[in-house]
Amino acid sequence: MTRLSNAFAKSHPALVAFITAGDGDTAANLDALVAGGADVIELGMPFTDPMADGPVIQEANIRSLNAGTTTADIFAIASAFRKRHPDTPLVLMGYANPMTIRGGDWFASECNKAGVDGVICVDIPPEEDPELGPALRSAGIDLIRLATPTTDVARLPAVLDGASGFLYYVSVAGITGLQVAAQTSIDEAVARLKAQTDLPVAVGFGVRTPEQAANIARVADGVVVGSAIVELVAQHGANAAGPVRDYVASLKHAIVAARKA
Amino acid sequence: MTITERTPNSFRNQPDERGHFGQFGGRYVAETLMPLVLDLEREYRAAQQDPAFAAQFDDLLEHYVGRPSPLYYAERLTEEVRKDAPTGKGAQIWFKRDELNHTGAHKINNCVGQILLAIRMGKTRIIAETGAGQHGVATATVCARFGLPCFIYMGAKDIERQQPNVFRMRLLGAEIIPVTSGAGTLKDAMNEGLRDWVANVHDTFYIIGTAAGPHPYPELVRDFQSVIGKEARAQMLSRINRLPDLLVACIGGGSNALGLFHPFLDDKDVAMLGIEAAGHGLDKEHAASLAGGRPGILHGNKTYLLQDADGQIAEAHSISAGLDYPGIGPEHSWLKEIGRVRYDSVTDVEALAAFQLLCRTEGIIPALEPAHAIAAVEREAKKMDRDQIILANLCGRGDKDIFTVAEALGTKI
Repeated sequence: MTRLSNAFAKSHPALVAFITAGDGDTAANLDALVAGGADVIELGMPFTDPMADGPVIQEANIRSLNAGTTTADIFAIASAFRKRHPDTPLVLMGYANPMTIRGGDWFASECNKAGVDGVICVDIPPEEDPELGPALRSAGIDLIRLATPTTDVARLPAVLDGASGFLYYVSVAGITGLQVAAQTSIDEAVARLKAQTDLPVAVGFGVRTPEQAANIARVADGVVVGSAIVELVAQHGANAAGPVRDYVASLKHAIVAARKA
Repeated sequence: MTITERTPNSFRNQPDERGHFGQFGGRYVAETLMPLVLDLEREYRAAQQDPAFAAQFDDLLEHYVGRPSPLYYAERLTEEVRKDAPTGKGAQIWFKRDELNHTGAHKINNCVGQILLAIRMGKTRIIAETGAGQHGVATATVCARFGLPCFIYMGAKDIERQQPNVFRMRLLGAEIIPVTSGAGTLKDAMNEGLRDWVANVHDTFYIIGTAAGPHPYPELVRDFQSVIGKEARAQMLSRINRLPDLLVACIGGGSNALGLFHPFLDDKDVAMLGIEAAGHGLDKEHAASLAGGRPGILHGNKTYLLQDADGQIAEAHSISAGLDYPGIGPEHSWLKEIGRVRYDSVTDVEALAAFQLLCRTEGIIPALEPAHAIAAVEREAKKMDRDQIILANLCGRGDKDIFTVAEALGTKI
């Protein structure tokens, strides 16, 4: 069992919580995510050109880079997190160039040393897997792939081939934090995905209220929340830990209650 | 339009079936876009086999764009350059006159091809990014011609320095969406274009303006632009029964250069020179990705990029908005690595001087983009014999740039 598989083996669906590394007091905010009940942490690696992100996460990227965040800083944040939280899985999420600029092997080895459990790379589709996939797999780091509303049944096996950890279902064709998918379309998509894979399916993009999280938790193995947390960091700056913890706790409560209902 | 021939040992066989030019190119896009990019490739392959597609493309280029564009011997410029050249030196300077195209630049060739593909795919909404505004104008033009709604992403800084083109696009019925993220230039406009596309995949076609982006864009843009080199090659042979010794073109993303170079790549005796924008100088702010960058992944392809050690993308600078981009089309990265094309750069100051030189000697106001190529032509011609021939691509006219040039020269208009 890995930290990630344990997180998805709990009696309730997993709450997957995202913040951008280097935006605000990242260590305190990570602790707040855990204290609020996040089951999996996604730590965003800032990039100058976050093409798949909406304004909220774009601005977090800019704040982080303007504060001077480097790749070395991100791995230091991850290492320190791992020492404080030996059991909470940590996934790095970001774009291809910062992950591959020193070579896939270098990146995978740094992930390994820092206790990172998985990697989500927005702009490396299965077609370009050699860029990062083999290095991560040989280092024992899960490569978490994305499925979207445009990923049809014929294409899904290619997405699943080489994927591990969990499958991230991007519920809207769009960028982060803006639109919200209709619950019926999420229900259908999750059923379709689960028919083809044993990997846990986590659903994200546009999730912000406990009610939405609960609705997704009724059908999926995990709920991903990002922009709404990053907004709290933007709003509260260095003092975001309290509001982040309370907000995450409200999501977690809804998710746990959803399955009991 | 004809299909690129696939013969062994040719420089014209790229990309491979996965869209790679050596280690460059590829399809580095979000999963949401991937099925669409694969659809586009299928549709492009079908179009390549369809004589009706080629016939419509050729017909529009002839009767709407005004092709073939002239091949012109710049006699006065040649003489002017010879004045400063060593004895016996001073090659003959010829221009491919793509600035005479409808809309004033080579960009329209590609837009005609892509809108025909969009219509073939049943797409009903067109988006594009633009830097100098030439690609935006060309896209707005074909959208007006075919009655499709058009949305142009343009950096706020570029909107400011390219007002005439902004007004042109509006006249043509396009909606201009200012982009304020980043430095507000072409790179940021491309990010916003991709964000729009990913949110509107069902009905939207993204007309990319240069030979970059995810496969098959670099290939199809090159193919549509190759009309430049095919015409030039035939015109040279019919006018003087020989090929040029050197081809020169400026490079932002590199579509005009590839359009000229590609049909000549297997002509061993034809040398080629691509000119990047050195901005304030290669040791300062510039836009020369090959000279000052290294391979990385951005906007769907792997190519040379201006970036820091962590892979964060740098801001480019050039006086020419059309060259102001921190990357370059992947086929150029490949042609550099295999050594088939030589690459060099020209600064803002050198380009401004060449701009004025062409105005005075030939009565042609070039765009600031090809002014970079002209500066390099001047430099190269002095090193070459008088019976040798340089052919440069005059890829755009300078009407759009007169305000920028006036400001740089300290003149109020």
